[in-house]
Amino acid sequence: MKIAVCIKQVPTREWQPRLREDKTWIREQDASFEMNEPDAYALEESLRLREKHGGEVVVCAAGPARVQQVLREALARGADRALHVDDESLGSADAFVSAAALAAAMADEKFDLVLTGLQSDDQGHGQTGVILAERLGIPHSTIIMEIQIDPSAGSGQAAGMRVKRELEGGWFQWVAMPLPALLTVQSGINQLRYATLKGIMAAKKKEIRKVALPAGLQPSQQIVALALPVRSKQTQMIDGSPAEAARELVRRLREEARAL
Amino acid sequence: MILVIAEQRDGKLNHATWEAIAAAQQLAAGDALRVAILGASAGAPAQELAAAGVGEVLAVTDAALEPYTPDGYVLALAQLIESAKPDVVALAHTYQARDFAPMLAARLNLPLVTDVTGIGGTGRQATFTRPMFQGKLAAEVKPAGSGGCLVTFQIGAFRADALKKGSSPSPVSSTAVTIDRAAIRQKPEAPFQEARQAVDLGQAARIVAVGRGIKSQEHLPVAEQLAKAMDAELAASRPICDSGWLPMERQIGSSGQTVAPKLYVALGISGAIQHLVGMKGSRTIVAINKDADAPIFEVADYGIVGDLFEIVPALVAELEK
Repeated sequence: MKIAVCIKQVPTREWQPRLREDKTWIREQDASFEMNEPDAYALEESLRLREKHGGEVVVCAAGPARVQQVLREALARGADRALHVDDESLGSADAFVSAAALAAAMADEKFDLVLTGLQSDDQGHGQTGVILAERLGIPHSTIIMEIQIDPSAGSGQAAGMRVKRELEGGWFQWVAMPLPALLTVQSGINQLRYATLKGIMAAKKKEIRKVALPAGLQPSQQIVALALPVRSKQTQMIDGSPAEAARELVRRLREEARAL
Repeated sequence: MILVIAEQRDGKLNHATWEAIAAAQQLAAGDALRVAILGASAGAPAQELAAAGVGEVLAVTDAALEPYTPDGYVLALAQLIESAKPDVVALAHTYQARDFAPMLAARLNLPLVTDVTGIGGTGRQATFTRPMFQGKLAAEVKPAGSGGCLVTFQIGAFRADALKKGSSPSPVSSTAVTIDRAAIRQKPEAPFQEARQAVDLGQAARIVAVGRGIKSQEHLPVAEQLAKAMDAELAASRPICDSGWLPMERQIGSSGQTVAPKLYVALGISGAIQHLVGMKGSRTIVAINKDADAPIFEVADYGIVGDLFEIVPALVAELEK
């Protein structure tokens, strides 16, 4: 099976937001970046599928030069090679542009299965994977918790799979669908592996193929302003040493809130 | 005209649809509003929607739309939208909308703005507020082009009780679409629930919930002691259950349980929106987190910024006095 996994590089969880002068994007020079967590689960799932069914895992990203870091990390964890749609403008691209950029780079590869995380921890549109499926002309399913590839695939029978979708409120559903297809993977589908020293060394020799961004892609939406969110509640912050803060909180929970 | 896509399963209307209609009324500002409902069992929910009198109900009851598939919905809705040409297509940000709306937007080449919490302006001139960077920032977003857009509204961001009902029921019109069944590539099976243990967090009066800040499974007893001292149930945010540190049935949030206890204590939970939707209805919320900018403080009544490994034992000691 030829599997593609799309990953994004996003600011780390510890990052404290600081805005660019024009307040329409973040000050990237202050941020440190890491692999988008849902994408890490998609990568892990692709490696497990390759271990079970054989084939190849190609990690794909659309972003500025800095995304080489997460591509290299994915290669260290076990992906075979990488595709990088390399353009400075992609750092703040919306889902339409990211999906079009990826589709242009991936179309000729004829992947059997494309995996993405269900959304990114930066812009969080939750759209790129599904739009990519539409642009590649393949079916999709979203928020997937398990993937069962039909073992008869490839032996004359039409290739297919059965996937477990997460619905709301603890409900699930199995969906059968043909291959090729795209799935957006839910976090927690598996336990993540980390790169070994051997993997890190091997990654240095693996190929990262750079692809140019197709010309003329238009964003579908524009960020007019970014700001710290407005608080919906007046939070009473309690200061002091741990013992003082604990005493004050318990007093207020008993006397004001009557919650204890 | 604003077109709301309602959501139903087995003939039962999803409550979040009413919130989407309330948001759509704000967008319409008196202009026309219509509500589309899809599925072979859409008849009863269509009547329920019509009774609210918010605008004409378009019922698309083609048998190929049952059960729900993204391919089927996109085939039907693309026809509906291309002929009705709404200024904005409004949906609730449910798992189902997340499954098909991006495909519909891509097929129609219209912008899709997701997880919207606020509206500025009306109709095609509207801008939308949505969280970015895990809720650390709020973005005001303007859809590009002049052909209208699709918008999904965050669950709980607009109040269903703010909806202005009409003085008389709205008409229901049956709308025919052409759906080639062979073009539907997903074959869904019946939804099911995993076997659950007897933990109904919805009944708990007090809940102590842990997040990533607990750092490792070995530290869970810190939270367990607080839960015991408060006579509370122990719960967790998604990453904790993903890591297998607590069972999935103790997960609070959009993919787990929704709770509204008397007291909710969030330990080391940053407050991603997926978690907040599951607990922000709690009567009193306490947040303890080392990051003063964590979004959890936006919904908290009481907050302590600091190291939970120092504060929680102090709390337990105080409660046991």
